[in-house]
Amino acid sequence: MENTIKENILTLKDVCISYTPGQNAVNMVTADIQKGLITSIMGPSGCGKSTLLRAINRMHELYPGITITGDIKLNNKDILKMNAIEVRRMAGMVFQRPNPFPTLSIYDNVIAGYTLNGIKKTKDEKDEIVENSLKNVALWDEVKDVLQKKGTFLSGGQQQRLCIARALALKPDILLMDEPTSALDPIATNRIEELLVELKKEVTIVIVTHNMSQAARISDYSMFMYLGDLIEYDTTKKMFTNPQDKRTEEYLTGKFG
Amino acid sequence: MNTFTYRKIKNASLYVLVCLFAGLTAVPLFAILGQVLIKGWRQLIVSDFFVKSTPTTLDALIALRSGEIIPGGIANGIVGTILMVLMATFIAIPIGIFAGIYLAEYKTSKYASIIRFLTDLLQGVPSIVVGVVAFIWVVIPLKSYSALAGSAALTVMMLPLIIRSTEETMKMIPNTMKEAGLALGTSYPIVILRVMLPSAFGGIFTGVLLAVSRVIGETAPLMLTALGSTMIQWDVTRPNSAVSLLIWEFYNDPNLQSLVWSASLFLLIFVLTLNIIAKQIAKKWRIQ
Repeated sequence: MENTIKENILTLKDVCISYTPGQNAVNMVTADIQKGLITSIMGPSGCGKSTLLRAINRMHELYPGITITGDIKLNNKDILKMNAIEVRRMAGMVFQRPNPFPTLSIYDNVIAGYTLNGIKKTKDEKDEIVENSLKNVALWDEVKDVLQKKGTFLSGGQQQRLCIARALALKPDILLMDEPTSALDPIATNRIEELLVELKKEVTIVIVTHNMSQAARISDYSMFMYLGDLIEYDTTKKMFTNPQDKRTEEYLTGKFG
Repeated sequence: MNTFTYRKIKNASLYVLVCLFAGLTAVPLFAILGQVLIKGWRQLIVSDFFVKSTPTTLDALIALRSGEIIPGGIANGIVGTILMVLMATFIAIPIGIFAGIYLAEYKTSKYASIIRFLTDLLQGVPSIVVGVVAFIWVVIPLKSYSALAGSAALTVMMLPLIIRSTEETMKMIPNTMKEAGLALGTSYPIVILRVMLPSAFGGIFTGVLLAVSRVIGETAPLMLTALGSTMIQWDVTRPNSAVSLLIWEFYNDPNLQSLVWSASLFLLIFVLTLNIIAKQIAKKWRIQ
């Protein structure tokens, strides 16, 4: 990457995450993630990639018994010491399956981050946020006439773009995506991938993916995780052409995974 | 006869048997409906039935002697039933829903499993026992039978149904819905109240309707708490009547016995309608 200034938005230092005491699902991960780029996390099932991602917006707090140690700094602030609500506004998340709120209209889904949090906006401001967010995800032209229909009325790919719009509406610093295309067909996947490449102008993206070719197509940097360890972290180009670790090479050439 | 035809016959006869028994379960319902319809419809279409109070034995006797339809109706019972069921519903809804949310959200906690067990026990308590307890706890301190005491008993009977239906519906909502809400930086209580609860609306509403239809025909607890009233009574601190209580009273009065059928018909139609509405809502609002 010929980026002039490298600015880290997210730094991970010795991050360990365990579901059961003494057994790390993520083990001593240290990495710096750069602003304005797409970083993908790859690895076989159970390697801890989603676990690591979900630590960044403190999703693990929903479930008891998960411990996180080490430092996770977002914009130089230690997220483990911050209020979880504040963290989650800085770090938006898109999930594996599209999950628009089923009782809300398309419009209300996009603006949900504001209404649910009691942030008052005038009608014009709301309209603007909805329009911009939906334009950002290239959904505006498809839904502008049906904004009052339920979000679940859309197709799977459209729903996922709606969910991305919902996350973007709050203007997060970083967008965490947990296998966002694994439930979608190839055409919808392709649209989302194009979208992400466009979006990195506005927001840093960290994407967990099962799909190596997806990582190769869209990401600037790639991480390869295996059994909880971060095996390799480099530019995507370098990792796919000249992997340093034997395990990365074996994974990328389809020997396991 | 070869084994193949033997098997075919066996198959066919078993099929006929299960169909027959499945059909048999519908017989009691239609027998009841038919009986009540035949004997009750005449009284029900007399316009007075819904606006006038219970006739006295003497009025009924005179009408019977001259071969006329018994005058009067069950307006006092309808008013009492509506008052008591409404009050019970309004108290049971918030308590039941919040308790149900607790059970769904903290399903693994020890306290929740104790509460869940107690809720199941409460559902199994005979209604007459609920009535006795309401008598001791409400009627005696207030020094009067009242609609209030009746609704207290009905509340207790509705609670387990609302709690469990809320719990089951909340559990059916995928976790990703909660995560989606939290990921937007929304606080936990707001996610529960504004994301999860609206998604669960259909199931909870169905549960409430079923609870209403369950208690609307309760008689035993009301005998000990509401007692009864021969006229329309809007004062909730005074003894009141109910349609189910009237059925019991009509049964005990030789001159009023023919009213049993029409009052039963009214109650039956009401409960059936509630059940059908509940089914429709459950279908329309099912969780995607």
